[in-house]
Amino acid sequence: MSNPFSVSSSRQGDITILAVNGYLDAHTAPRFEQTIQDEFDAGRFRIVVDCAGLTYISSAGLGVFMSFVEDLREKGGDIKICGLTDAVYSVFDILGFPALFDIVADRTAAVQKFAEPSRKES
Amino acid sequence: MDAMERTFQLHVPSSTENLSMIRDFVSSIGERAGFDKRDLMQLELAVDEACANVIEHAYGSDTTREVTVKAVLDTDSVEIRIIDTGRGFEPADILQQDLDKLISQRESGGLGMRIINRVMDEVHYEIVPGKKNELRMLKRRRKET
Repeated sequence: MSNPFSVSSSRQGDITILAVNGYLDAHTAPRFEQTIQDEFDAGRFRIVVDCAGLTYISSAGLGVFMSFVEDLREKGGDIKICGLTDAVYSVFDILGFPALFDIVADRTAAVQKFAEPSRKES
Repeated sequence: MDAMERTFQLHVPSSTENLSMIRDFVSSIGERAGFDKRDLMQLELAVDEACANVIEHAYGSDTTREVTVKAVLDTDSVEIRIIDTGRGFEPADILQQDLDKLISQRESGGLGMRIINRVMDEVHYEIVPGKKNELRMLKRRRKET
């Protein structure tokens, strides 16, 4: 099995866009976690995670979002999530993520969300 | 089909690398049971969560152990049994805190059990410390509308 999970990074101003592909489970989540940790350590706190290429997610993947979001918000940043397929969205929904994270259709909308007051401030 | 024909088993080493293989196995069973796309995904997810918990918590990420996934097909349901010989636990002790509280504490524990309880129709644990832990869960096929 080749390349079950990959993540590529790009920038738009002070926003980092992480495009994730493949599946995010307990095996691949540590790589995703390290990617976000690297962004945090580099002082980049505004992150868009584009999940258009994500075929599957389990709680291990969701846990990565949960463990970073508070620290990012405290630094004035956030994680905005976009591009979810219906199947992947349903897993976010089971755990109630839509009430706590900005989940939008695409990258453009995700980047625009950073212009709005964050959930921490609102 | 007699009982033997309806029972399928997978034994895999306790490594997270094998979770995708377990999902494929369970998905084939669900397809055979006539599950729709949503129920197939939920079945895969519940089994993935259960096996990941076994690997991480019961076996403490020791990859030399074994996880058994047993599936029993019935006319309108699939019963899954996840069996391990690792550390047991008391299901009632797993805190079911609100998501926002977990986030503020930088915690993400217990999410797997929360998912299992949401997507499966029946969930039972049988913990025999030091001998065998068995999680039995059942998902019924949704009636066509």
